[in-house]
Amino acid sequence: MFETSVYLDNASTTRLDERVMEAMKPYFFEVYAVATSEFGYSMGIEAKEGLAAAREKLAGMLRAGPEEVVFTSGSTESSNMAIKGVALALGKKKGRHIITTKIEDFPVLSSARALERDGFELTRLEVDSDGLVDLDRLGESIRKDTILVSIQHANQEIGTVQDVEAIGQICMDRHVLFHTDATHTFRRLPIDADRVPADLITISAHTIHGPRGIGGLYIREKTPLTKWMDGGYQEFDRRAGIENIPGAVGFTAAAELVTPEENERLRGIRDRILDRALAEIPQTTLNGHREKRTPQNANVTFHLVEGESITLHLDMRGFAVSTGSACFSRSLEASHVIAGIGGDHERAHGSVRFTLGRFNTMEEADAVVDAVSEVVDNLRKISPLGKGR
Amino acid sequence: MSKFPYSDLVLEHFKHPRNVGEMEDSDGKATEGSPACGDMVSVYIKVDEETRTITDIKFQSYGCASNIATGSIITELAKGKTLEEAKKITWKEASEALGGLPPIKAHCSVLAVEGLRSAIRDYEERHGLVTEKVPTTRKVVERRLKKVMNPLSGLDLVRTKLVSEIEVNDGKVRVVIDLPPDHQFARAIREEVVEKIEPLWDVAEVVVEFKD
Repeated sequence: MFETSVYLDNASTTRLDERVMEAMKPYFFEVYAVATSEFGYSMGIEAKEGLAAAREKLAGMLRAGPEEVVFTSGSTESSNMAIKGVALALGKKKGRHIITTKIEDFPVLSSARALERDGFELTRLEVDSDGLVDLDRLGESIRKDTILVSIQHANQEIGTVQDVEAIGQICMDRHVLFHTDATHTFRRLPIDADRVPADLITISAHTIHGPRGIGGLYIREKTPLTKWMDGGYQEFDRRAGIENIPGAVGFTAAAELVTPEENERLRGIRDRILDRALAEIPQTTLNGHREKRTPQNANVTFHLVEGESITLHLDMRGFAVSTGSACFSRSLEASHVIAGIGGDHERAHGSVRFTLGRFNTMEEADAVVDAVSEVVDNLRKISPLGKGR
Repeated sequence: MSKFPYSDLVLEHFKHPRNVGEMEDSDGKATEGSPACGDMVSVYIKVDEETRTITDIKFQSYGCASNIATGSIITELAKGKTLEEAKKITWKEASEALGGLPPIKAHCSVLAVEGLRSAIRDYEERHGLVTEKVPTTRKVVERRLKKVMNPLSGLDLVRTKLVSEIEVNDGKVRVVIDLPPDHQFARAIREEVVEKIEPLWDVAEVVVEFKD
């Protein structure tokens, strides 16, 4: 094991901000009761108020009503809830056709696949070489029996940002519900219910220096959604289970701490990594769209070398990054996202993802490019492909 | 104890691979795997004709840490051994010499072992040492094509049903691939097919056609 000094895997998860911890603390040690009704005991009423305040602030950021925001255990649950909830609500009434894309993250892909096994029909839209969905294609795919379109706001691996405003408009015009997974964009890019005509939006705390185990789902008023987490009547009878009040408070605190200035700063660091890596290291390919990408994501393929070897060398030097290489993943499957943008195994094999957070600096961007440049050069020297093809 | 999947020895060989590089004047060489499937290893050997001993060996790797480390250890294990001895080196021995490899990485690291065996085989074929001299049949060709990867899926050509025809006729082997001739991988596939079939002792010509 090596000591990590530069953490560049913030799309996987982030370090908790101390201020978030401070905001949560009272709800662990002082106001630790469940949220009771207003006729309950004092600590329970206080807990209820803490939860309500957190919800109200978070809803405000989404330009939503408080009762349109449900806290969940994370974005995986949120997307499951959205997709399966709509399928349960409309599957027998309206139809059994769902549209998504080939490059969604696993909660969406796997929820959709599970429904497919249950007899729902699935259209997985192709994306172009930048990772963008073709809006005309989307329009053509919508049918009479289409009940839901689920298209992510931005991609988890390559950072490409979809035109969710236009996608939402198409869905609204065609009277189809629209779900978007905003796990990697909430607070990093403008996303709210006024701007985007989405019916369901998945959000998460741990990608913005909030705690793990708490996420949210925006549910536009009157959206048909069948409850599937059964138990009590919490969360407006949308999701059963004792509320994670410290989590909800931490989520809101984390969301409030993200500022446009911070996002601008991350964009600068991202551009430094991309510009330098692509210019200084030969035989590289940018993965994802150059402009339409999240401020915190840089993803580059270093051809003729394998990603796990790059990440291990970087790990030995104290850098934590991720790769789309099959060798790196638990399943030994190459990235479905790189395949989705038309890349072959070789491209996935040498892809490295650098994702930024609050605690990264410009100096770290330079340091990681210097390191990766050396590592790639060394690995190419021992590669049978090293002479170039 | 650390839960890190790699032993110190694996990391040491990964960081400082031994006997690495290309050998211009090798007596036998082979490449296993393909960039499309993932990992790839090339092995080059220099053989003393009298004693049939491996006097020098080099390897190159396009792969993950296990792949690089196994390539490195296999060169150390094979150097100085006779061809017969070197042939018998197994993945298990290589893995043990490295202090153990994660089982899930077997397929990345077994390539180096196969690379060594294929390099020895290449030497034997080139020096007329293949004793059994099995005549090349469609089956033999097919078995070899199983080592050529389909870059679209990462699995081999045969398994992915890209080989639509194999013809063996008087030293001439014709292979038809179910892809358009202008396909982006057509050239790479042709090269790999020729490389795998040409060394067979009774093959004089290899023709690869593309038709979809």
